[in-house]
Amino acid sequence: MAGEGKDIIICRDVHKWFDRLHVLKGIDLTVKTGEVLVVFGPSGSGKSTFIRTINRLEEHQRGTIVVDGIELTHDIRNIAAIRQEIGMVFQSFNLFPHLTVMQNITLAPIWVRRWSAEKAAQVAMDLLKRVGIPEQAHKFPAQLSGGQQQRVAIARALAMQPKIMLFDEPTSALDPEMIKEVLDVMTQLAKSGMTMICVTHEMGFARSVAHRMVFFDGGQLIEEGTPEQIFKNPQHDRTKLFLSQILH
Amino acid sequence: MTTTVETIGPPRTSVGVLGWLKRNLFSTWYNTLLTILSAWLVYSVLSQLIVWAFTSARWGVISANLRLFMVGPYPPDQVWRPWLVLAMVSLLMGLSAAVWGGTIRTFGNSLAAAYATLIVIALLIEGFGRQVAWLSSPGGEWWKTIPSAIWLTVNLILLVGAYLSARGRKGWQSALLLLWLLSFVVTIVLLQGFVKNDFLPEVTTGKWGGLLLTFMLATVSIVLSFPIGILFALGRRSKMPAVKIFCILYIELVRGVPLVTILYMTQIMLPLFLPGELRVDNVIRAMSGMMFFTAAYMAENVRGGLQAIPTGQIEAAHALGLNEVFVTLFIVLPQALRMVIPATVGLFISLFKDTTLATIVALLELLGVGRSVLAQPEFLGLQTEVYVFVAAIFFIFSYAMSYASYRLEEALGVGKR
Repeated sequence: MAGEGKDIIICRDVHKWFDRLHVLKGIDLTVKTGEVLVVFGPSGSGKSTFIRTINRLEEHQRGTIVVDGIELTHDIRNIAAIRQEIGMVFQSFNLFPHLTVMQNITLAPIWVRRWSAEKAAQVAMDLLKRVGIPEQAHKFPAQLSGGQQQRVAIARALAMQPKIMLFDEPTSALDPEMIKEVLDVMTQLAKSGMTMICVTHEMGFARSVAHRMVFFDGGQLIEEGTPEQIFKNPQHDRTKLFLSQILH
Repeated sequence: MTTTVETIGPPRTSVGVLGWLKRNLFSTWYNTLLTILSAWLVYSVLSQLIVWAFTSARWGVISANLRLFMVGPYPPDQVWRPWLVLAMVSLLMGLSAAVWGGTIRTFGNSLAAAYATLIVIALLIEGFGRQVAWLSSPGGEWWKTIPSAIWLTVNLILLVGAYLSARGRKGWQSALLLLWLLSFVVTIVLLQGFVKNDFLPEVTTGKWGGLLLTFMLATVSIVLSFPIGILFALGRRSKMPAVKIFCILYIELVRGVPLVTILYMTQIMLPLFLPGELRVDNVIRAMSGMMFFTAAYMAENVRGGLQAIPTGQIEAAHALGLNEVFVTLFIVLPQALRMVIPATVGLFISLFKDTTLATIVALLELLGVGRSVLAQPEFLGLQTEVYVFVAAIFFIFSYAMSYASYRLEEALGVGKR
């Protein structure tokens, strides 16, 4: 599947500073439609910041990012248009605690996509079935387990019918026995042909699902390749060192 | 040797009244001492108060001036209008108690109990020979002369009837909220009336007084300061420098000045800012002073709530494509306002009590009426009766508000993170 689609995300020489801290030092990366990309690297390497620039939760200060043919600039309309096409899942779920699961999922489709309440509810219910928790629809997030909350967060992002999904360490805040249920949903999503960028340290997931892996360190893209190349024959010392530390 | 596994039953939880007493009041020697000491203290204070209230207190000062306490100088032949407002509130209260249940039903019950008590009292006073023209006009059309006992009975019937007829109608919630807002406008129109209208002759706000004025000052200031305060809180966090600076200046200026000063300023300075032909009377000036004062504090309360919203919430909403307005309306404000309920109710309670400050700008609200009653020669020396009565009224309503806030927090805790 990889390599067949058109280029949907094109990043050229992306730089980002937090005050005087240079966190992204010229990232060049292209993602094709339907591709599943795993981004990994040590903490502080800029991988989260990088995927957050793609839907403009962080602003890049130099270089260009083009998503689905639209360049990210200060133009609010462009940002709004791009955000509708990108779903995002966060490490800490970020469900809205004052809304039920159903309301969490239908809020954006109703107000941004302007769907009718019935249609939004229908889509939400289908998605909840897909992530395996239709019976939780009318509970509040606090009444669910971490794994269930993260699956709701995935359903919430999918309800907007995005073309791209960003995952920012989706399993890092979960208890070990709940990681699998979230990874299963992500695997199923990848199989359905969704374009995905996942920041994750779940190397089993990367090995079986990713089409391509990129290694970040010190704000730079150090190495990229298929999972096979990365795991069997990493080129850079830093990649080797990092992999040896996380693969016991 | 075999060991038997002993199953231990759950600890006994209910132990009866004696057990409760023993555990909570007499568990240790110092607890016992404390219990006896406080019981003695409560007894000595309460017994004196009760003895005084039922023997030496001369409550005649209250019943003789009850109309003044309730509505102040509001024309006696128009007192049916506040009664009608009360009837409207009873009706809405009954409907709300049925539709929402919970705390509001508790309030409905309390209100019904209060009406029943007042009916008995009214019958005792009014029923025997009508010596006291209580809360109705001595003459005029029939609706002007309806005795208080009848009015109270009508209120009780409306309250209970509305409750019974609306039970289980969850769908009425939004309509009912709208009706409450509408009743606010109807109340003002009904009380104020119209110039050159025989049916509803104008009663200028200068003639409003007593508990009626206290309520109107408090509700108008509370209802209006709430949205204004939210706007100021949002403005203070705005990215537009002009808006931001204006809001900061306003909030800090108002918070730096005592309410009394603001009340004086609105009395003296408001007319200077307004065009000459537009005359604003005392009550409106006091209301606006209290409203702007409370709005500044409200703004700071809300700002506290806004700051407590995790950035992740806003990022998640942005990532879904929601724009700033939607993020504020659906994600930030609902959570922020929920967090500041206790502080906000505290603010409203203190505003309710601060309405007494309106006496210094010559308004006859509840305390003002009390003072004017005491100035009459026949009631000299009855300060205790009058002030106990006024204090009791303030306590009842303040306590109701804080009770409501407590229950509201509990009810909204469902979706807590």
